[in-house]
Amino acid sequence: MIVQPAPKRDILARRDAIVAGLRELLPQSGVIAEPLRMKPYETDGLPAYRQMPLVVVLPETTEQVAAVMRFCHREGVRVIPRGAGTSLSGGALPMEDAVVMGMMRMNAILDIDYADRCAVVQAGVTNIGITNAVAAQGFFYAPDPSSQLACMIGGNVGMNSGGAHCLRYGVTANNLLGLRVVTVEGEIIDIGGAHLDAAGYDWLGLLTGSEGQLAVVTEVTVRILRGPEGARAMLAAFRANEVAGACVDSIISSGIIPVALEFMDRPAIHACEDFAHAGYPLDAEALLIIEVEGSVAEQDALLERIREICLRHDPISLKVSQSAEESAAIWKGRKGAFGAVGRISPDYLCMDGTIPTSRLPEVLRRIGEMSTAYGLGVANIFHAGDGNLHPLIMFDANDPASLRKAENFGADILRLCVEVGGCLTGEHGVGVEKRDLMGVQFTETELNQQRRIKSAFDPGWLLNPSKVLPLLPEAA
Amino acid sequence: MQTNFTAEQLRDPDTATSNKVLRTCVHCGMCTATCPTFVLLGDELDSPRGRIYLIKDMLESGRPATEEVVRHVDRCLSCLSCMTTCPSGVNYMHLVDHARAYIESTYRRPWHERALRGMLARTLPYPGRMRLALLGAGIARPFAGLLPKSNLGWRRLRALLKLAPRRLPTPDARDRPGVFAAEGTRRGRVALLAGCAQRVLDPEINAATIRLLNRLGIEVVVPKAAGCCGALTHHMGFAEQAHASAEANIDAWCAEAEGDGLDAIIVNTSGCGTTVKDYGHMFRTAPGALRDRAARVSALALDISEYLTRIGYAPTRAAPGLTVAYHSACSLQHGQRVTNEPKALLRKAGFTVVEPAEPHLCCGSAGTYNMMQPDIAERLRARKLANLQATRPDLIAAGNIGCITQLSGDGVPVVHSIQLLDWMAGGPLPPGIHANHHAE
Repeated sequence: MIVQPAPKRDILARRDAIVAGLRELLPQSGVIAEPLRMKPYETDGLPAYRQMPLVVVLPETTEQVAAVMRFCHREGVRVIPRGAGTSLSGGALPMEDAVVMGMMRMNAILDIDYADRCAVVQAGVTNIGITNAVAAQGFFYAPDPSSQLACMIGGNVGMNSGGAHCLRYGVTANNLLGLRVVTVEGEIIDIGGAHLDAAGYDWLGLLTGSEGQLAVVTEVTVRILRGPEGARAMLAAFRANEVAGACVDSIISSGIIPVALEFMDRPAIHACEDFAHAGYPLDAEALLIIEVEGSVAEQDALLERIREICLRHDPISLKVSQSAEESAAIWKGRKGAFGAVGRISPDYLCMDGTIPTSRLPEVLRRIGEMSTAYGLGVANIFHAGDGNLHPLIMFDANDPASLRKAENFGADILRLCVEVGGCLTGEHGVGVEKRDLMGVQFTETELNQQRRIKSAFDPGWLLNPSKVLPLLPEAA
Repeated sequence: MQTNFTAEQLRDPDTATSNKVLRTCVHCGMCTATCPTFVLLGDELDSPRGRIYLIKDMLESGRPATEEVVRHVDRCLSCLSCMTTCPSGVNYMHLVDHARAYIESTYRRPWHERALRGMLARTLPYPGRMRLALLGAGIARPFAGLLPKSNLGWRRLRALLKLAPRRLPTPDARDRPGVFAAEGTRRGRVALLAGCAQRVLDPEINAATIRLLNRLGIEVVVPKAAGCCGALTHHMGFAEQAHASAEANIDAWCAEAEGDGLDAIIVNTSGCGTTVKDYGHMFRTAPGALRDRAARVSALALDISEYLTRIGYAPTRAAPGLTVAYHSACSLQHGQRVTNEPKALLRKAGFTVVEPAEPHLCCGSAGTYNMMQPDIAERLRARKLANLQATRPDLIAAGNIGCITQLSGDGVPVVHSIQLLDWMAGGPLPPGIHANHHAE
């Protein structure tokens, strides 16, 4: 269960005045204060955790964000920035005494510069919205979280989101050029710009992945890339999770970097096939989606080498996509995978840990053993090439004991990731979900150093304060 | 997702169904992105996930609906774009239908809303009354511009008057119940849902459907006792009236099926098609005979484009050299998941078919939505027309009278796909279309 810091009593007592103050700063529809209407904002993509906020605001401009931040700073009110509310780690979980600031209305594409290959967009533009805006000119924005249809670029910056194609193109941090942010005091500052690197400290690097704790992102300058000549996906089906895991390790250690290398186990294959009708092999225990890109000759050469490697692992079947429609269906299934698990289980917790690829077979085996021990099903769908695991623990939220078991199972998986030399998060952020496990990864000295960075930006700990770092005893 | 219903609440079959729907939802948020109202308004409350949450809270609490919830549920177009997007397979349609009926039975709307909704429910499903109403509206139409824009009530009336056609088409000779014989050897026999509003607004659509089917060797029967499918009242939450309409149709069609036989029940208004295909669900708890007959009707129901694909269609005229922008009606693409058939048929007929950007977004028509929510509907209309016109089409084709009415009047002619298919197979030139010199 998640412990939240005690709410500030004086803030709760002054709620009406705070709401009235916010109403002066925003259009009428931009302040949501009635309990019934705030209810849908009590959770995000991790609905096992819920908390009603103090009030919800929906600013439309950077200036309005700044005005809200100035007001909240003056009044000592906590602020939880929220994008599309798709966080799987509870990054946008409200606090009882905090303003939830939804960025969904800031959804304009501000500038596209094809000559210098960059785009400036507001924080509430969806990830796929950037690619859609530049696709007609043959460009795309590379990081592609599975929730890319809905998740917003501001949240991607906050969580340093990845995606299937990050194996080749890197995560959000590798595709960012600049940010416009509002500080906790309500000042608007620009970091980086339409150029590579910047003088001085790497502020961009520090803010990326800071989970809305250091500043509120309102505008983002991203690198856009010219799309490849073509791409093809291969489906490789195997008899066991560990065999597929070993095959991943063979591919990566051969030096080949496919553009994407994804893993799905039996429950995931069946749920996704139901949704996407992609022709996934239903007789397989594990499936790899291996995509290569480039000219036809390049694709052929790479696919042939990958086929040879797969054959060494006794695959059930190997199939190369024959058309753009087939490839689209393959990716539709993969990208809808988490939601598709909703077809086979009422609820799931989606874990997000990273391990060295050489440990994949062992880790998959141990997750299987834990699943048996806990008596809870697990579906594995993940970015295998990066060693970024996403075990989905299936449980029943209508049964409190089931949730508790799922939480413990999840914690054990993440401890295992650290034990084998990996890390607690891949791309979903720490949020509230993994906050209390940070001590498994970091020493108290290291955590305190991180707390000092937070304090330097936000001395009063007003911005999304209950996430990422374990609560100090006095706060809890 | 977790739900909190008591065992007592779950004994109600509608609540039990909604509980199942809610438990399928995992709150992932994918649906928000393709929801027209979320795209426009940027508020979780105007997204499918937000509405699901509001509905869940309303049903769990067992309290009467409140203004806050009604506002956001009313803004839902029921376009069902969320259902196409949802990876978990959440049946939002059944949930929102339940919510609308719940609202209707527990919430008292302001008088002007009750008046307008009551008037629409008493008029639209009845062609005779609707014709009269439109004649009246036609007289009032020039004065629509004089109505104040200050409040929603007046804006609704303005929207209603503006939708009235300038000239009312005269009823077609085929616009009557009866049996329309196949030409040549009879290859099949189908019932056609003649519908209600469509018969008044554009009788050519049924006429073209019957002409084309007859020419292809299909006998078409329009039973006298069949009428409105019930969709309009169903979406307003008037469950009783909707069920009565549906039951009349089920009786009429089953009589035909048991008599001379039916290969299919053809619907050429996709909004109605979605509802007819859902009769099985609507009567899932009805006494055995009705339940089975409803399911049978749903199983027989096909959009005209599905049926033409099944029996085979070929043009007899030379390609007309016209570019058609195909507007995918939400009820067809999301409600019935019929996406390729209409486009493939139009291509086969010799048209160059183009598609607009954002094809998944609703045009704002959505049954009575463009009258009840004129502001949002107008923004969606403008967005859709801009996307359609960017494809530089000679004309626009759609498979739903609502969309056709909503998108008409902006320069580019808008017709039903069936009129184009009929024309290319020997039928008359659809009104408003200027045959290119390539055509015969």
